[in-house]
Amino acid sequence: MALTREQLAQRVARELQDGYYVNLGIGIPTLVANYVPKGMEVMLQSENGLLGMGPFPTEDEIDADLINAGKQTVTTIKGASIFNSAESFAMIRGGHVDLTVLGAFEVDVQGNIASWMIPGKLIKGMGGAMDLVAGADNIIVTMTHASKHGESKLLKQCTLPLTGAGCIKKVVTDLAYIEIADNKFWLKERAPGVSVDEIIKLTAGELVVPEVVPEMEF
Amino acid sequence: MSGFNKVVQSYDEAMAGLTDNMTIIAGGFGLCGIPENLIAQIKKSGVKGLTIVSNNCGVDGFGLGILLEDRQIKKMVSSYVGENALFEKQLLAGELEVELTPQGTLAEKMRAGGAGIPAFYTATGYGTPVGEGKEVREFNGRNYILEESITGDFAIVKAWKADRYGNLVFRHTAQNFNPMAATAGKITVVEVEEIVEPGELDPAQIHTPGIYVDRVIKGTFEKRIEQRTVRSA
Repeated sequence: MALTREQLAQRVARELQDGYYVNLGIGIPTLVANYVPKGMEVMLQSENGLLGMGPFPTEDEIDADLINAGKQTVTTIKGASIFNSAESFAMIRGGHVDLTVLGAFEVDVQGNIASWMIPGKLIKGMGGAMDLVAGADNIIVTMTHASKHGESKLLKQCTLPLTGAGCIKKVVTDLAYIEIADNKFWLKERAPGVSVDEIIKLTAGELVVPEVVPEMEF
Repeated sequence: MSGFNKVVQSYDEAMAGLTDNMTIIAGGFGLCGIPENLIAQIKKSGVKGLTIVSNNCGVDGFGLGILLEDRQIKKMVSSYVGENALFEKQLLAGELEVELTPQGTLAEKMRAGGAGIPAFYTATGYGTPVGEGKEVREFNGRNYILEESITGDFAIVKAWKADRYGNLVFRHTAQNFNPMAATAGKITVVEVEEIVEPGELDPAQIHTPGIYVDRVIKGTFEKRIEQRTVRSA
């Protein structure tokens, strides 16, 4: 069975470490915050200028002046700090954020990522995604392995305009956990009940398959 | 308005000198920390052909979105403009130009502009459409693109508190792009929730020193929320 959105987030959360500063993109990445292991402290960075983002507020706590990068009302946790946008992107571009999780349309064996623009469709903008992928060393991309029409999103070469070049090393899809190195995809884990053949079939770029591919456990 | 008394009494006075085809740098992220009354004054003034540098372009009927209604904006320099049907319509009709700029590059363009730095190298956007046509230079084995900084004829800023010297304090994440915008305007206009007596703001806690600020006005704010998300108590 392909992973659910929640399971995808759970799998990504296993990459968290105590004391990490983490930037979570919009969508599935946001759900990762729900699966921070007990006893572990992480600080969520929101690129509009907040380090130490807390949960959504209660009705009583709502404050129009306190939002996250998705423009949602949020709270701060103890130890949080607030700063301007240049400071926020100094953290991001200066490589101070320990882990960045974001979605994508496509990735390829060179570690390129396309996530912001589909030619012919209305382009809304890249927001902070280009800064995040250029600045972070440790990035996890979350996405479905293939489109609804069964077309692979793990390619030899991205077909869409890039968000960043040569910056992605880890991808968690609904079918597998894959690492990128030496111009190849390396299959590391598969979703429970998903066969290696199925993953091979839906991976367009060169995929290295070890003899044993462990199943993820939930 | 004289000497170190930067407080003005009317919005007409606050935006005096604004004319057609000017470049305006605006603070705000989404609808958070936007100078909503200064934007309303720009609409009232009827000036046209504006280039607006702002992370977003408001929503239909609020924030910078209202400047689209009478086609006052010629060009937007933004990182994300997806919240706005009128924007989409004018863009598709070719009536509006947009220069999409990565959010961190946008913040740095304003910061550098205000700091007298004409351009800077960044890895952001290298190998993407953003880097096309821009100078590339290698430092320590990595490629960077040259991005030019931005200054504006006006900067419009929303702060929480100011004194008559123009010293500013921002509230929570309503800070966002406002401090950079404040540095990058030939004329920087700030609207605030509260004007306090000189000395009330702790000098070490001031976010924007008054040297960047030309005019201060006290306003009242709707502070519209774009995504109202709550958890149960």
